[in-house]
Amino acid sequence: MSKAMNGATSLVKSLESAGVDVMFGIPGGAILPAYDPIFDSSIRHILVRHEQGAGHAATGYAQVTGRVGVCIATSGPGATNLVTPLADAAMDSVPMVAITGQVPSAAIGTDAFQEADIRGITMPFTKHNYLITNPDDIPRAIAEAFHIASSGRPGPVLVDIAKDALQKETTFEWPTSINLPGYHPQLTPDSGAIADAAALITQSSKPVFYVGGGVIKANANRELLQLAELLGAPVVTTLMARGAFPDSHTLHLGMPGMHGTVAAVTALQKADLLITLGARFDDRVTGKLSTFATNAKVIHADIDPAEIGKNRFADVPIVGDVKETISALIPALKKALEKNRPDLTSWLRQMYSLRSTYPLGYDTPADGSVSPQYVIERLGKIAGPDAIYVAGVGQHQMWASQFVSYEKPRTWLNSGGLGTMGYRSRLQLLIMNHLEWYASGRRSSMKVAIQIPILNQSAYQISQCLQKRWVVLV
Amino acid sequence: MSKHTLSVLVENSPGVLARVSGLFSRRGYNIDSLAVGPTENPLISRMTIVINVEGHPLEQVIRQLDKLVNVIHIAEVIDSKSVQAELLMVKISATPKNRFDVEAVVETYEAKIVDEDATSITIEATGDTAKIADLLSALERFGIRELVQSGLIALERGSVTLSERTLSTSGIPIANGVQADYQN
Ligand SMILES: Cc1ncc(C[n+]2csc(CCOP(=O)(O)OP(=O)(O)O)c2C)c(N)n1
Repeated sequence: MSKAMNGATSLVKSLESAGVDVMFGIPGGAILPAYDPIFDSSIRHILVRHEQGAGHAATGYAQVTGRVGVCIATSGPGATNLVTPLADAAMDSVPMVAITGQVPSAAIGTDAFQEADIRGITMPFTKHNYLITNPDDIPRAIAEAFHIASSGRPGPVLVDIAKDALQKETTFEWPTSINLPGYHPQLTPDSGAIADAAALITQSSKPVFYVGGGVIKANANRELLQLAELLGAPVVTTLMARGAFPDSHTLHLGMPGMHGTVAAVTALQKADLLITLGARFDDRVTGKLSTFATNAKVIHADIDPAEIGKNRFADVPIVGDVKETISALIPALKKALEKNRPDLTSWLRQMYSLRSTYPLGYDTPADGSVSPQYVIERLGKIAGPDAIYVAGVGQHQMWASQFVSYEKPRTWLNSGGLGTMGYRSRLQLLIMNHLEWYASGRRSSMKVAIQIPILNQSAYQISQCLQKRWVVLV
Repeated sequence: MSKHTLSVLVENSPGVLARVSGLFSRRGYNIDSLAVGPTENPLISRMTIVINVEGHPLEQVIRQLDKLVNVIHIAEVIDSKSVQAELLMVKISATPKNRFDVEAVVETYEAKIVDEDATSITIEATGDTAKIADLLSALERFGIRELVQSGLIALERGSVTLSERTLSTSGIPIANGVQADYQN
């Protein structure tokens, strides 16, 4: 028998049932009823100083653990402060659930105190969102929110709950099944597409694995390693995929794109085949699309069908979970290679020669001062591959992506798609139990067991750098 | 021709129209018309959307639309395989002198006079886009004072129904939406 309780208790029971162990937030009028049951629950609530920090902390938690990150805020300004982290999580496909209080249902639409239409505001950059005015709907909405956030292409989901729905009596029953008639992510790739991909790979003499953040999200790094070694083709990892393939591996050419290595950029440009895994042909990787990898055919594997063909035509589209896709591709390719193994020696030799001729580098200041790149590089060496590295946005972010050697997935956190300065808000650091290195160009007053290099720069480096580049271009 | 008509089954839930129209506007897709209303299933509404996909491949529009959680199924309506209609109401200037001519036009287009007074006549008509356009140009010479038009609605010819193709008999929707229609 389900017991009578108020909506707030039902909410907290729902969050417990969804497996939430920690959430980040700030209380306030409309969400206040939820705080009593939170304190009586098994969930640890971490009080932050700004809701944006709560949102990014939830993102960081999700990126490190692979679980859904949760943040909570009150109506109006509390909710609107979550807008940036929600947009950030949408861009970087991070599983996140945001709970917000809303003014009482009778006051909705009246410009009531601390009213903001957060559902309307966040429609463009949540995977889905809810406005709950009936307490009986709370368990279903929370169950669906966690399901949607964590399945398919992960993303943020917002659940806005009217204050009276938190206060009214209801009963709690955790749903046993989810019925979303319009939501069926396709996980298993089409076998025909896998066969086509294997066939195309054997015809290629200059293939490259173009690896995106999807590989990390799908926990497919082991499978990727197997696949890459099976074919023996070079690998590039995007900003969101740093750590998906060991930097120390011979086949790894580094990061492609605007801030990439010469070898990685050239590999994509000169390739005759891009084996694209969980990447989305973002403009920071491709530059001008019409001049990007003009001679390459494209295999594009992604869980989101809308990414395929969005920016670049795919000769072989594969919709599915990238772990399942790679797992299916390995035996198919093995078989195909037995019949016809292309000779990649000359291609690899070219790429390796580029890598050794044009390594990542930096100038050592003549006045004897220490260059920031050196600091980051040293930090990476000292902290090693088990540390978690968090960057803000800007030049130090790029340096941290370049000069730290990433060997493992989920060790590199940054804001890729939205480029959110403040992503590495100090609040985010609270989420981690690991020792972490925290690279940032800004001063910070954190006094926890975290190493925070403060790179003394008198200006925003990236702006200077881009301005310089701009001058050169003009 | 870059115009396409989509039949979209959506969950009958609050905000769904905002989600669809917001998607079109933020991705820069042009809607020519949009008609939405209830269906034989109270849980489901049906939108008929006429879009102009100049510069955006239809496939991309459909895939983005299909990402909306409340969108259950999308099918393109092919003109030759469907019946289509718009509803038009138009108020024209009328004098005792031209009344007879107006009635003749109304009859030709199987339209209806639904209101009249000393100086105006209000005409109601249904038909496909071409017929409605023709009627309007025939009425132009009388002086169109006001007109209101619905979006296009359309239904496939024959015994096939979109809902049956999409939804199980128990009413619990199970099909995986647009993929089925657009990948083969
Ligand atoms: C919220 C936000 N505002 C503005 C920008 C534009 N922006 C990008 S990098 C940057 C400078 C960052 O400076 P700092 O954090 O010191 O890092 P640095 O580039 O110096 O390493 C600015 C202002 C942004 N990305 N995000």
